[in-house]
Amino acid sequence: MLPPIDTVRLHETPEGVDLALRVAGPAPRAIAYLLDVVVRFAVLLVVLPLGAFAGFGTGLILLAVFGLEWLYPVVFEVRSGATPGKRIMGLMVVHDDGTPVRLPASLIRNLLRTVDFLPMLYGVGLVSMLVDRDFRRLGDLAAGTLVVYADTPPAKPTIPQVVPQAPPAGLSVEAQQAILAFAERGHAVSEARRIELAEILAGSVGRRGEAAVAQVNAWAAWLARGAPDGRG
Amino acid sequence: MKQDAFEAAASPIWSDYRAMLDALENPRRRRAHVPALTSFPQLHRRLCSDYALARSRRYSPGLIAELEVLVRRGHRQLYRRRSAPVRSVLDFMATRFPRTLRRHSAVFWIAAALFFLPMIGMGIAVYQDADLVYSLLDAEQVADLESLYDPARHTPGRGSERQADTDVAMFGFYVMNNVGIGFRTFAGGLILGLGSLVILLVNGLSIGAVAGHLTRVDYGATFWPFVSGHGPYELTAIAICGAAGLLLGQALLAPGQRTRLAALRANARDAVILVGGAAVLLVFAAMIEAFWSAGPAPSALKYGVGVLGWVLAAVYLALAGRAGDDAS
Repeated sequence: MLPPIDTVRLHETPEGVDLALRVAGPAPRAIAYLLDVVVRFAVLLVVLPLGAFAGFGTGLILLAVFGLEWLYPVVFEVRSGATPGKRIMGLMVVHDDGTPVRLPASLIRNLLRTVDFLPMLYGVGLVSMLVDRDFRRLGDLAAGTLVVYADTPPAKPTIPQVVPQAPPAGLSVEAQQAILAFAERGHAVSEARRIELAEILAGSVGRRGEAAVAQVNAWAAWLARGAPDGRG
Repeated sequence: MKQDAFEAAASPIWSDYRAMLDALENPRRRRAHVPALTSFPQLHRRLCSDYALARSRRYSPGLIAELEVLVRRGHRQLYRRRSAPVRSVLDFMATRFPRTLRRHSAVFWIAAALFFLPMIGMGIAVYQDADLVYSLLDAEQVADLESLYDPARHTPGRGSERQADTDVAMFGFYVMNNVGIGFRTFAGGLILGLGSLVILLVNGLSIGAVAGHLTRVDYGATFWPFVSGHGPYELTAIAICGAAGLLLGQALLAPGQRTRLAALRANARDAVILVGGAAVLLVFAAMIEAFWSAGPAPSALKYGVGVLGWVLAAVYLALAGRAGDDAS
């Protein structure tokens, strides 16, 4: 089977299950970078009044400039997995096995940023990201890191409590999954769309309109809970 | 088994597991919960198995997604990478850094040769040929340089606009400038080692030219005492950064039995230790440069500190943490 055309990268854990890592492309990462530039400038503006303390203040400002240039991403990535810009964009940096990034890998990817930035505005990094399947820039390749979407804790969807009905025999696995997914998420779409989707699923038995929605929910309840008398 | 029965049977375990994850993910609560955590690996395996079952039995996508998030969170905790413990900067500098450097001593000597030989050669050449310095620096730069180390000034090494700056300001400047150069020397190695090579050569040549020229115009009496204090650490650290960069280049040009990517990753892990150690050395050098080198101490004492510095640097890099060399 061909791998799906998707940005999901599956990592098989030692327990033998696949974890999905959804890698982030150049666009959200560029926006995250720009947000970080804004944060850095804001920090610099806060530090700037120290210049009033002549030599001592100047020294502190220069140290701040150094820290913001080289250490800002490292500190945030090691502490919480993401710089403020990445956090706003819902991204985080992980090792390629999905574990949180630690100091050595974070240092490598951020020091090598200098090369990714060449010849200007991340030219090398962009080419590397577009060539690589997992959108890694050179620093990520050397450090063995990925920038992925942080998982959003899903609101636990529930299948409506309705009287279960046995679905038609010989339903394909895909159709069963579609019925269950509809029951869990159907309430999130508009009524017209919900009916439209339900008619696709229940069209084979001639249900239309709200009757189709009720029919699909009843099948879903049967798939999840079994027959009303507890058998199944 | 139907999904509802499965969920009902397993949900107490899932909520135990979730509570444990919440504790683990909160570093402050982590300590307090350590005794209860011994069952965590077992619970994690149970969750993995439930997740796999849910998938193979085609339970609803919502349940599968919920279990996957739980497994993913647990995976992050259980397989969190623990590098060899680095208790502090001191511990790192006393053992990890010098040991790693000695393991790559061949690369270090190549980097040092690329840096120091052009420096010495250029220094001697510029000392003997008055015009040669203009092949690297233009007339204006040479004039600036001469004014910096004019024996008539009190604080050598600081430009007229910096005359009023305090030592702290200079410390900030040296850290930003020198550590930045060190980091770039390392990063340049990713360009097949060429970036590090060029930075080492160019820096070696210019430092040699400056030293040769200032000695030739008889400003040596201000220049040499100024640089002797911090030179040993600063120059060694730049050579070490160059060695770290060459390690990256070596992985790409001569990966040996590994793929280039695997070699790059392995070498980068060692290289970043070298860069980290070199950065600490550079900060130390910046402290000396800011608070000692421009100070009023007599030249003889400054030369003495300089010689002592070279001996210290050599002894430290050759011997520190040697008892554990086999272990690392």
